[in-house]
Amino acid sequence: MERPWKKIKSALPPGWYFMQGDEACAEGAIAAGCRFYAGYPITPASEVMIRMVQRLAEVGGVFIQMEDEIGSISSVIGASWAGAKAMTATSGPGISLMTEGIGYAVITETPCLIVDVQRAGPSTGQATRPAQGDMMQVKWGSHGDNEIVAFAPWSVQEMYDLTIKAFNFAERFRVPAFILADEAVGHLRETLVVKEEVEIFDRFKVPHLPPFDTDDPSGVPPMPAFGEGANLLVTGSTHDPWGFRKTADSAVQARLTERLVRKVQDFKSEIIETESHLLEGAEIGVVAYGFTARAALQAVKSLRQENIRAGLLRLVSIWPFAAEAISALGQRCQAIFVPEMNRGQIASELKKYTTTPVISLPKTNGEVFEPAEIVQGIRRNLG
Amino acid sequence: MNKRIFQMINTQAFPTPFCPGCGHGILMGAVLRAIAELEYDMKQMLFVSGIGCAAWIPSPHFKADTLHTLHGRAIAYATGAKLFNPRLKVMVISGDGDLTSIGGNHLIHAARRNMDMTVICANNAIYGMTGGQVASTTPLGSVTTTTPHGNEEPPFDLCKLVEAAGATYVARQPVATPLPLTRILKKAIVHQGFSFVEVLSPCPTHFGRRNAFRTAYEMIKALRDGCIPVEKAKGLDPAELQGKVLVGELVGAGKKGGRT
Repeated sequence: MERPWKKIKSALPPGWYFMQGDEACAEGAIAAGCRFYAGYPITPASEVMIRMVQRLAEVGGVFIQMEDEIGSISSVIGASWAGAKAMTATSGPGISLMTEGIGYAVITETPCLIVDVQRAGPSTGQATRPAQGDMMQVKWGSHGDNEIVAFAPWSVQEMYDLTIKAFNFAERFRVPAFILADEAVGHLRETLVVKEEVEIFDRFKVPHLPPFDTDDPSGVPPMPAFGEGANLLVTGSTHDPWGFRKTADSAVQARLTERLVRKVQDFKSEIIETESHLLEGAEIGVVAYGFTARAALQAVKSLRQENIRAGLLRLVSIWPFAAEAISALGQRCQAIFVPEMNRGQIASELKKYTTTPVISLPKTNGEVFEPAEIVQGIRRNLG
Repeated sequence: MNKRIFQMINTQAFPTPFCPGCGHGILMGAVLRAIAELEYDMKQMLFVSGIGCAAWIPSPHFKADTLHTLHGRAIAYATGAKLFNPRLKVMVISGDGDLTSIGGNHLIHAARRNMDMTVICANNAIYGMTGGQVASTTPLGSVTTTTPHGNEEPPFDLCKLVEAAGATYVARQPVATPLPLTRILKKAIVHQGFSFVEVLSPCPTHFGRRNAFRTAYEMIKALRDGCIPVEKAKGLDPAELQGKVLVGELVGAGKKGGRT
């Protein structure tokens, strides 16, 4: 079935801007066609919401500040079924509250974007300090098996570009998509370049086809909206292709849960994105993402100057995980170092895909990495 | 009998999952009759529900758009859908535990916003689907599976709660009197702004049999006799009203236009 990609003019006039990461995220959302935002105040993500209030008013969209994050994700899902490209932004405590709703979006195949500007946890932790502690939470927080799409921007430019990309994947695969930002990149101010056009994916609609199953190889059924006469039956219970609850039919349960995973996994090569820096002839691999990757890039450059053959593999996408790239990196390197603002969440994930030693360089003091710390961490382990 | 209601039902979903003697079937019929009598197009309606027995009234029985959501969250989902597409006529149908306990926050905030939607709370004073646990609406002294010696916590007065929160139409009616119930539902549906109808519905399976009601009929009868219309109650002295539940339109002078 043909899928509705199209090129449209950028919402902002093309050119150079000086902007904050959170604001660039909001601009990316508007460019991608987002017309509904529901949120609840939280540091360090509130700037996304404040920008959206203004921008949605300008483009004729809908904004609501809900009573809590549970209300935010709920009304985002409701609006998505009413036909909106819809989003919310929050931080770790908000993700914790939204997690049940995220699972509902997974099983009902509701496209939506959730921006997580990560702060130091656990719990209230340090609200104004950066962290990367929610990497596993967004993937595994919800009960039951599920697949989601997540990106980790390292710049203001990527807060814009990856928000557009994440929206496109959310709509294409009918899944919740995440921007896994961190406080540092969310509050960073730097240059944003807006191009003439953006490529976007609009919701895929075919009347009279079931909205909850398909024989199409994509695994993604078309999605009608409320009010279109489709008599939609949307439920978080296990359901048949038309949405009728099947709470005791093991064949329906098996088929649904398998398709929910496969529709993403089968196309992961189109989602997964990595970036190689100085990996030619590298013996020491560094894997990093988000703001930490900026320090990691500086670190491998310094190491190269000392004739230590280090290179950086930057994870642009986080979920689905870049298993093949990690496996290939493991084959060429003697060791892989993973600096991250958590206790080694992604380092542990790497170990599934390589037998090469993976050395975690964790940091959870609420501060970003300095390049020198990564250099020292590597040197210390090289002996 | 309004024959239109047969076109408004997904007959393949029948028989309903409700226990013998449950009041929710009467409520289902009353909702459909109200919509049929108003000649509303089901294709313009969105029915949102949470989790629990009452949440199964619209989903999957109604031939319309239905959104069967998470426990407690129906009103928040409905808020998003209504705001993005104000042409949708949105009705939330769910139970007392769903709407007023786990979902209490969304209830009071939708009332405060005067969201243009109709919320029908099927109040059976118990958690039915999960095995008869005490609810925030269970009367004092009632026996439930989690209050084997009688409930010691006072229940919410749901109508007072939503009125205080800002609801612009508030009514209460038992399923024991389906014709007045249908009339009230019609008024709630045409009301612009946040309308709330508390529908008292018996749960013989989990409430009745633990609280000395020998049959479902006894429960329905007690419900009918225990209610007094608000007009009749006027002028009666408090002793005569002791133990009676006020029913009818409690807040009706609607502010025009809810948040859309």
